[in-house]
Amino acid sequence: MIELDNVAYSYSGDALLTDMSLQLAPGAFHFLTGPSGAGKTTFLKLCYGALKPTGGRVRIFDHDVTDMSRDDVAMARRRIGVVHQDCQFLDHLPVAENVALPLTVSGQASPDQVDNLNELMAWVGLSEKYDALPPELSGGERQRAALARALILSPDVILADEPTGNVDWEMSQRLLRLLVELNKMGKTVMIATHDLMLIRAAKSMVPARILRIANRTLQAAGADL
Amino acid sequence: MKLLDQARALLAQDAGADRVVPPTGFTARLTVLTSAAMAFLTIFALALSLASGRLATTWGEELARESTLRISAPADQMDAQTAAALRVLEQTPGVASARALSVEEQQALLEPWFGPDLPVESLPVPQLIAVIEGPEGYDSEGLRLRLQAEVPGAVLDEHTRWRRPLAAAASRLKLLGWVSILLIGGATAGMVTLAANAALAANAQVIAVLRLVGATDGYIARAFVRRFTMRTLIGAGAGTLLGVVALFIMPGGEAAGGFLTGLRFQGWHWVLPMIVPPLAALVAFVATELAARRVLGGLA
Repeated sequence: MIELDNVAYSYSGDALLTDMSLQLAPGAFHFLTGPSGAGKTTFLKLCYGALKPTGGRVRIFDHDVTDMSRDDVAMARRRIGVVHQDCQFLDHLPVAENVALPLTVSGQASPDQVDNLNELMAWVGLSEKYDALPPELSGGERQRAALARALILSPDVILADEPTGNVDWEMSQRLLRLLVELNKMGKTVMIATHDLMLIRAAKSMVPARILRIANRTLQAAGADL
Repeated sequence: MKLLDQARALLAQDAGADRVVPPTGFTARLTVLTSAAMAFLTIFALALSLASGRLATTWGEELARESTLRISAPADQMDAQTAAALRVLEQTPGVASARALSVEEQQALLEPWFGPDLPVESLPVPQLIAVIEGPEGYDSEGLRLRLQAEVPGAVLDEHTRWRRPLAAAASRLKLLGWVSILLIGGATAGMVTLAANAALAANAQVIAVLRLVGATDGYIARAFVRRFTMRTLIGAGAGTLLGVVALFIMPGGEAAGGFLTGLRFQGWHWVLPMIVPPLAALVAFVATELAARRVLGGLA
């Protein structure tokens, strides 16, 4: 799905990440951990083509990112659901339209999709907020709306950056269960988090691989977690 | 061809693409207002240009190149001087023809002043020679000098020549009108580009969200381009209408007896203002498209 081969990334000459290699296989479940500022978000951005590596190779769906045009990247994003830490929406459109936005922009919006949308909204527990505007949502609701938006096109890969950052323990458990369920449906999942409790909770549900960013590179974390 | 496809995609109904960019009241109104003003000015520049064009043409035609040579000489030299003058004129390059007016013709010319019974033959009336200029014109200074030497009694009277600088000025005015139209078009493009840049900057979050969920640059650009094109079209339409109405209530040129011409459009020229709104929309389309491509190309 997504392959990194000796990837390095530096901001204005300062190496942030170096020598990272990883293969995200279909159906895999990964956690990405590490201290704040270690480069977890940068790593995820490399995975969905928002940043191009300054060294090594990133391949997304068998295409080298450096050779991809902006439109190619846009097409790849339709197969990668991204949930950001601070999820942003189109604040002037109701939640349901925001969730359906990937359908709209890819020209797939049609009346047949309404059932699909309703089902997804119910699944993330936002049926009541159908017509609410995004600024009216709570932190947890925003996270779930962002997840629903990331899923509407039924992507092959889900990348979530601190999806439980703004929510209480109960809600984070619920989001985790949603992601585990998706993984069981065959989706590749990668969650960046520094919440070790969440990782422990996940390990009882799914065989997850844990990666850690330390010393500016990617390491397999031990079983101590 | 690519532009045509883009224009078609632009006109295709896509409520989704329109809704993704939040409506912005102030810049929208400003764009409409400015394009209306620009269209209004264009109509006047156009009217000015066409009117001066007409003026230059009519005056140019009336210059129709006729001048008169008047020969005053003692009666016994009259025939000799007339013959000499005709000879000189025949040899002058740029003179198409020269003809001495007959006694009857001269009598007809004088009739309004002296009545029909005047015996022209018995009066020392000067002999007139009608000179028709060729298309290239003749060198009037040179002709005058030659006549002075060979036909001392001859006076060359170029009665329409004074209009020539006016006709030239009218041609310049016409050019000025077209230059103004070009400048107005350029200013419109600049204004739309600035407005589009402002809109793109103000909607940075919208653009980031759209990119994240897999919108192509073309899709995002279209949302902006369509808006600015429509606003300019509407504004320019209103401005054109006002301009045409304003021209309509201007006095026509007939009163001035054909010497001047009205500012109003004449005949098929009334079609020209109708081209202004689509043309303004095209300018806005290209300007926004370029601005959007440039801004989006610089984003992650």
